[in-house]
Amino acid sequence: MSQVTFIERDGTRRIVEVVNGESLMQAGTRAGVDGIIGECGGSCMCATCHVYLTEEDFARLDPPDAMEQDALEFTASNQRPTSRLGCQVKLSAATDGLTVTVAEA
Amino acid sequence: MQRGVVIIGAGHGGSQIGFSLRQEGYDGPIHLVSDEPDLPYHKPPLSKAYLKDVSQDVQILRAEKAYVDARIELALGRKVEAIDRQAQAIRFAEGGKLRYDRLVIATGATNRKLTLTGHDLEGLHSIRTRADAAHLRAAMNTANDIAVIGGGFIGLEAAATFALLGKSVTVIELAPSILGRAVSPVVAAHVDAEYRKLGIRVLTATGIDRLEGEAGKVRAVLLADGTAVPADLVLVGIGATANDALARDAGLTCDNGIVVDATLASTDPTIFAIGDVANFPHAQAGRRVRLESVQNASDQAKHVAKTIMGKIEDYRETPWFWSDQGPMKLQMAGLSFEADRHVRTGAPDDPAFSVYHYAGDRLLAVDSVNRPGEHMVARRLIAAGISPSAADLAEGPERLKNLIGR
Repeated sequence: MSQVTFIERDGTRRIVEVVNGESLMQAGTRAGVDGIIGECGGSCMCATCHVYLTEEDFARLDPPDAMEQDALEFTASNQRPTSRLGCQVKLSAATDGLTVTVAEA
Repeated sequence: MQRGVVIIGAGHGGSQIGFSLRQEGYDGPIHLVSDEPDLPYHKPPLSKAYLKDVSQDVQILRAEKAYVDARIELALGRKVEAIDRQAQAIRFAEGGKLRYDRLVIATGATNRKLTLTGHDLEGLHSIRTRADAAHLRAAMNTANDIAVIGGGFIGLEAAATFALLGKSVTVIELAPSILGRAVSPVVAAHVDAEYRKLGIRVLTATGIDRLEGEAGKVRAVLLADGTAVPADLVLVGIGATANDALARDAGLTCDNGIVVDATLASTDPTIFAIGDVANFPHAQAGRRVRLESVQNASDQAKHVAKTIMGKIEDYRETPWFWSDQGPMKLQMAGLSFEADRHVRTGAPDDPAFSVYHYAGDRLLAVDSVNRPGEHMVARRLIAAGISPSAADLAEGPERLKNLIGR
């Protein structure tokens, strides 16, 4: 069983058991993580699932595709080098231990 | 005694209100009433990811725990029979009442049904709810020839999904163009061409005479010119009408939805309407509109929460829409009703481009195909009332981003 840790804006850590194949956004909304909204249902549209990864985690995932990069670059005034849209990050056994921080609003 | 806020309808908008009220500091009771039995869920994937993959469950919007934590009482699977404005209460079909200080109607819309001969045959589907999509997904397996009646967003999204699954698909549209009411002609023509490449037959300016069946099950769509389009499954996507019957019966003014003012209050100041069911005066467009979109529902929910808390302002959010059409991501910002000038960006054969709609020199709306970044910038330009010149557009999105920054 794989796990992901969300750090909410107020610093609360939430550990979520991953259902294989779901996205980071889905895991977050399913568990009710504060600040992970996923308004567009995972279409890489609304950037309401914006998270920051650690540099190590960012490096071990497949890089964001052009669509996601575009959405991140133009949406988020608070974009960082390790920003991802949660809806585009698929979770599996290989992502066990991922720790992500909910981006600033 | 405080009766609190009652919300009827738990779609994207209705389910948001309670959370927004808590964020605004509301401390009273909140009841969320829905005639569907399920926890509120994402609707957009129903015509795409959910249809495509039988292992996909519907995606809930929030975990049950989130409602508990926010002290939002869920009344799921309960149909509301009437609103008693005198008593400030709603009455349930199975008996019982719930009183309110403020009522928010977020009952959404219902898909229009066909009325022509054969409309009652087995094998006709539409997509609105989880139950609709589950029913369609189960029936799709055994279908080979699928006819989609109506070339709007939903019908076309599903058509692309069907084609990817190897079905033979025909889209039948009465108007001269698909997506006629939703996007600019340039974008519509692009989508049309892309769909033909996917092997989808697109019939525009095509009327339907009737549906033909065999043993009670649909077999073909008979066109006005006498041609028969074979179909063992028919998806009907011909628009939707507002679910305003409860409001109408309660004596609220309705006209293509519940008529609300710029603060989203109905003709009864204790009752509000949001989302697909609300007919509201749109600030930028200068006319009344009823919009069917996730963004409209969510943003109006947030707005109404503020209104209830006494922060009374006009609703002014820039509308935006999106539709995932097979390989194309369509994104629309603003409303283009009054546009008299249209500027396309990108090379003529580039499959990623945008169309900017102007009234004179004023930017009203932007339609984008596979340009999410440009769409995001467009939303901010429109919201800020900034109208880029032709030279600005030619320089590209980076230049537009700078316009907002200045």
